[in-house]
Amino acid sequence: MAKKILTTPISAEDLEDIHIGDVIYLNGYLTTCRDVAHRRVIEEGRELPVDVRGGAILHAGPIIRALGDDRYEMVNVGPTTSMRMEKFEEAFIAKTGVRLVIGKGGMKDGTMRACRDHKALHCVFPAGCAVVAAVCVEKIVSAEWKDLGMPETLWTCKVNEFGPLIVSIDTHGRNIFEENKVIFNQRKEEAYEAIIPEVRFIK
Amino acid sequence: MTKEEAVSRLTDTIAKFVAYTGKCLPDDVRAKIRELAAEEEAPLAKAIYECMDRNQKLAVERNCPSCQDTGAVQFFLKCGAGFPYIGELPDLLREAVVRATKDAPLRHNCVETFDEYNTGKNVGTGIPSLFWEIVPGRDDLDLSTYMAGGGCTLPGKAMVLMPGEGYEGVTRFVLDVMTSYGLNACPPLLVGVGVGTSVDVAALHSKKALMRPIGSHNSNPRAAKLEQLLEDGINKIGLGPQGLMGKRSVLGVNVENSARHPSVIGVAVNVGCWSHRRGHIVFDRDLNYTIDSHSEVDF
Ligand code: SF4
Repeated sequence: MAKKILTTPISAEDLEDIHIGDVIYLNGYLTTCRDVAHRRVIEEGRELPVDVRGGAILHAGPIIRALGDDRYEMVNVGPTTSMRMEKFEEAFIAKTGVRLVIGKGGMKDGTMRACRDHKALHCVFPAGCAVVAAVCVEKIVSAEWKDLGMPETLWTCKVNEFGPLIVSIDTHGRNIFEENKVIFNQRKEEAYEAIIPEVRFIK
Repeated sequence: MTKEEAVSRLTDTIAKFVAYTGKCLPDDVRAKIRELAAEEEAPLAKAIYECMDRNQKLAVERNCPSCQDTGAVQFFLKCGAGFPYIGELPDLLREAVVRATKDAPLRHNCVETFDEYNTGKNVGTGIPSLFWEIVPGRDDLDLSTYMAGGGCTLPGKAMVLMPGEGYEGVTRFVLDVMTSYGLNACPPLLVGVGVGTSVDVAALHSKKALMRPIGSHNSNPRAAKLEQLLEDGINKIGLGPQGLMGKRSVLGVNVENSARHPSVIGVAVNVGCWSHRRGHIVFDRDLNYTIDSHSEVDF
């Protein structure tokens, strides 16, 4: 199977044939964006200082080494739990026109609606693989909202085949984590029924 | 060797060992992940396992922690009552963590509660955690180290069941954690289950269970049977790597137990993520050490 690679700026058409469970990669630009940045854009109505229309954001707080002269190096960058941004993500996608939201774990209905209506994806980068992510970063091209501190600064990175990214929400209204949960719970009940006759140790 | 030299040597070795465990997983975990990865056929699960494998190689190559969350450091000591440096251990273990934090480098993961600030050194009130067992009649130090990450600590849960709920209730309790918080704790998971009287006892058992090697069994045949039943059962749920579905869910299930009050069954679950950063090192009284968790260790 050929590697599916998206390149920013991403168009709605680029995402049409991508479905939950697909593995994709990203070329181009990626901006780290998490809790407070979401809050500023949505609750305080501020403009994101980085144009992410057709672009990608990553829920992450990286470890950055400052090289002086406003130059920086990415040491280590792992995704953080996306669910914390669920409250804002629907409005955030609508307002900024971002096409790719990358993080850890699933997101819920709001993000799912935004992905369907505004043509965007939520993807998971395998957590615990912070070194793989760091080597996909070619360079850091800008740092905005530095007043938020290192983890929350908007670090825009030039990335090369950033991934693997597992599509968890697609543009067709599907959500892999929510669908899996139903299956997992069913299987759990079967497992439980199979175990209990074997553990009646109290008689 | 003067006492001062000895303390400095012990501190240095433990600092290096802790830093090392942050970039290289123990042998049993690596072997188990390889085994689980080989079983997967779905492209998605395979891609995730390949990524994990690549990540661990890169961490060694670049000499940096493999996961960005290097956890809160915990020590489990089985210390001989005659170990010559027993009284120095609390201070030197703190110092070892401070050093490892600088050298590895480890992420700053120690926030003082109520005052709510990060100490920036990975040490604070009660961190690193020390869990002591004094062993009469011995003069060595058996030390297990652990980095408790946020994601894998979150599912931890303890409660006291009524005897009527029995081991059926214990089973239900463990399985429910797997499909709720377990999903986001970076499976495949190592599952520690503690059984005893009160929540404190059960919780400590469940954590100590995570210090046991993968594939080891409880010495009580029924407890060992429950380990196997739970392992098979949770595997059938098929959480797969990262909870994105696959053939298996766990690295293993370890149960630790003690006797209970007749009116209660205390039960607790603790989980370790795929990046299960446990280390095991034993010092004799002359500070010669053996490491059995990591065969390739090289300071
Ligand atoms: S759960 Fe483990 S592997 Fe996942 S991010 Fe946390 S420490 Fe890393």
